[in-house]
Amino acid sequence: MPDIAVATAPNLTAQDFKSDIKPIWCPGCGDYSVLTALAKACAELARPRESVALISGIGCSSRLPAYTSVYGFHGVHGRALALAAGVKLARPDLTVIAAGGDGDGLSIGGNHFLHACRRNVDMTYILMDNQVYGMTKGQASPTTAPDWCESKLTPEGTGISPVAPLLLALAAGVNFFARGFAGNPNELARLIAAGITHPGFSVIHVLSPCVTFRAEQRAWKQAVHASDAAPATLPAEALTRFAADDGFTTGILFAGSKPPFMPPRYAVRTTADFERDYEIACK
Amino acid sequence: MERDRIREIIEDPSEPADDAWLQSPAMGQTAAGAVSLALIGSGGAGAMRAGEILLDVAAKAGFFGLMTRTMGAQIRGGEAAALLRITTAPVSSLDDHFDLLVALDWANFSRFAAELPLAATSLVICDPDEGEVPTAIRESGAHVVALEMKKLARAVPGGRTNMVALGAVAAAIGLPAALVTDVLARQLGRKGDAVLAASASALALGVKAAAGLPPLRRLAAPPAVAGARWNISGNQATGLGALKGGIGFVAAYPITPATEVLEWMAPALAKTGGMLVQAEDELAAINMVIGASFAGTPALTATSGPGLSLMIEALGLAVASETPLVVVDVMRGGPSTGIPTKSEQSDLDIAVHGLHGDAPHLVLAPNSIGDCAFTTQWAVALAETLQTPAIVLSDQALGQSRAVIAPPPVPPTLPGRLVATAGEGGGYQRYALTASGVSPMAVPGTLGTSYVADGLEHTPRGAPSAQASDHHAQLDKRARKLAIFDYGEAWADREGTDGDEIALLTWGSATGPAREAVRRARGAGRAVRLISLRLLLPAQPARLAAALVGVRRLLVVEQSHGRQFHKFLRANYDLPAEVAVISRPGPLPIRPADILACLAKWE
Repeated sequence: MPDIAVATAPNLTAQDFKSDIKPIWCPGCGDYSVLTALAKACAELARPRESVALISGIGCSSRLPAYTSVYGFHGVHGRALALAAGVKLARPDLTVIAAGGDGDGLSIGGNHFLHACRRNVDMTYILMDNQVYGMTKGQASPTTAPDWCESKLTPEGTGISPVAPLLLALAAGVNFFARGFAGNPNELARLIAAGITHPGFSVIHVLSPCVTFRAEQRAWKQAVHASDAAPATLPAEALTRFAADDGFTTGILFAGSKPPFMPPRYAVRTTADFERDYEIACK
Repeated sequence: MERDRIREIIEDPSEPADDAWLQSPAMGQTAAGAVSLALIGSGGAGAMRAGEILLDVAAKAGFFGLMTRTMGAQIRGGEAAALLRITTAPVSSLDDHFDLLVALDWANFSRFAAELPLAATSLVICDPDEGEVPTAIRESGAHVVALEMKKLARAVPGGRTNMVALGAVAAAIGLPAALVTDVLARQLGRKGDAVLAASASALALGVKAAAGLPPLRRLAAPPAVAGARWNISGNQATGLGALKGGIGFVAAYPITPATEVLEWMAPALAKTGGMLVQAEDELAAINMVIGASFAGTPALTATSGPGLSLMIEALGLAVASETPLVVVDVMRGGPSTGIPTKSEQSDLDIAVHGLHGDAPHLVLAPNSIGDCAFTTQWAVALAETLQTPAIVLSDQALGQSRAVIAPPPVPPTLPGRLVATAGEGGGYQRYALTASGVSPMAVPGTLGTSYVADGLEHTPRGAPSAQASDHHAQLDKRARKLAIFDYGEAWADREGTDGDEIALLTWGSATGPAREAVRRARGAGRAVRLISLRLLLPAQPARLAAALVGVRRLLVVEQSHGRQFHKFLRANYDLPAEVAVISRPGPLPIRPADILACLAKWE
């Protein structure tokens, strides 16, 4: 595959990457910071707005594309990673970012998460995790603790084990995994920029509190702590290091070196050549 | 009441029509000089290979022909049959019965006996070492002869029974042995000299053994060859049509009987600068296709009923976001897993009505093997021009059959995707309310036309909106662009004249036997016309009304249990006073004689 030159637009500010549409998010929602961090990352990388495509599914966090000034697709629930892969494979010259929440990405879209990690298309996934379905007014998600009893659907708690996105991603062969906190948008911007520039599929797991249905998540500010080690570079090393992780370690946790997926293309035949394959040489 | 005037008869084609009209020579089997034959055996016995070689030989000798296949679900060891018809004129359907049936063995015969109709004039060749002749064969009255195919094959080291059968059949119906050897060399050349030599020896033994067979139907002299001919399957033609339409991206999940479309397209796309991606499931496949199309590359997926079911939600997204794409559904027996290896026209309902909300989209259907190329290419052009998804309803009977045909025509050239140009600045409106309903679509990478495609209802600019005025305006826009577009003459295939008072109205693979029935009936002086709908959605009421002027009686022909096509017609069209319906579920193909039997009741 020939190298694709990355276009630059050095004079854009973070504000230039935001649209004039007012977010539907609640005051205090962590997703505002994600929007800010993403805009900042794009500006710092000097990506032209028209060269970025932001793809999302359904949920509060999936509303993100409308609030940016880049090309976007707000698709159906759970399929952002598949749609984003289609964009990137068809157009390797674009910077492709997928975004969504824990329900969108790990429940209804869980299968695509596994296969996006395996497939390793060169794109970045911003997974905003608040351990709740906010848009449908507070149900348990795949990352919710089993004893959370605040949902009318599961008043006794879910009773089932939550998913650890990092371990799931490592097991599926992810090539880059960073964790950030919405309360620290400057660090988050650096992590997003690192994910975008790292070749292959990168996951930016963002602890993004839901102040409406999980008000207790305001305490995440005290729980997060920066990783004190350089990123693991081998999956086994990362699995060992983070097997007992508390889920609040931030920073680049894993940076692998698998080559990105991009099927080869050769333009060596025409449709007329294929038609000739079917012609009968009559005797 | 309007409803009372419609004398609706649901015909049971299995009920024999005893009518003198049917006995006239023109109404019977194919004109002399053509042969209808079946090669059967357990999976792996080589019946399919022998059939393919036979069709190829016939093609090279200057004949036309058709080969369909029927098989069980087993990968190895199930039942398999190659069903052929070799003719002197283009052929669209299997015959009413088989003149010749060659059984390499009788394993699992009962599973597909119903798909192998024989007449008292038929000849059955079987191996005496393969056990008792099944009752169904004996009861058909066909003449059964024994040929020790296995024993003959064993006389040659590495010799195979199917090659003995091939030699015997080719010689018996009058195909030149030298041509069979030629084709064999081309098809088996890669397997090495030893395999080829063994096959050629077994073939020669079969040719020699043919001299001992009773006389059977022989091919006439082949017609003079004028112009190019192709030997192609429906699934290959679908791939070719997609490529000719400009498809540059395919994402798909394997499924019978659509997989051959994908297997053909994977290398073809790579060699023409495109790509095929195997997705983790059909949900991913259709969403990848939407992404690629959004990014500016015409995109397609191929699937069958279960896969289409999974794709439906995303098809609604393509409608709402106005993202062009094509889904080829190679239909099989349903519902659920149904009969994966056998044909049925029972996905019409889901293709037409499956989407939630008011979701105008395109549904098209090829009506012959060659037409798979035409219709798929046309579907790509329509989807791109109208910025909406198109579902192409092929089926197993078309997809997994091969035919010798004249190269199919090419659909009319359409404008294609209306692309927004750079510099439209902040004023760009992706979903602008244009008179045509089609609004310029920006390609990512273009300066100043950024927008967010959305499955949420939206303003002309693309911002999410729950306002009644925006919803109504966008619903109107999406309906308008399909409603006012001029689809031209390709909406249907028509035969016959305005004077014909009886019309056959059909679609898809059911068109093959309907076409032959109309030709036979017209040959016998009956005033019958044929209308085969290629464009199912949007419906074309004015065009069909014009095509039905003067029609007193209408015979609807389709392959579904629930009369899906008839109900579709009643929902969208005014039909003549008297309507009869042949609606037979798969996997039994409708035969020309079934249709003629229904027509006979109207005389």
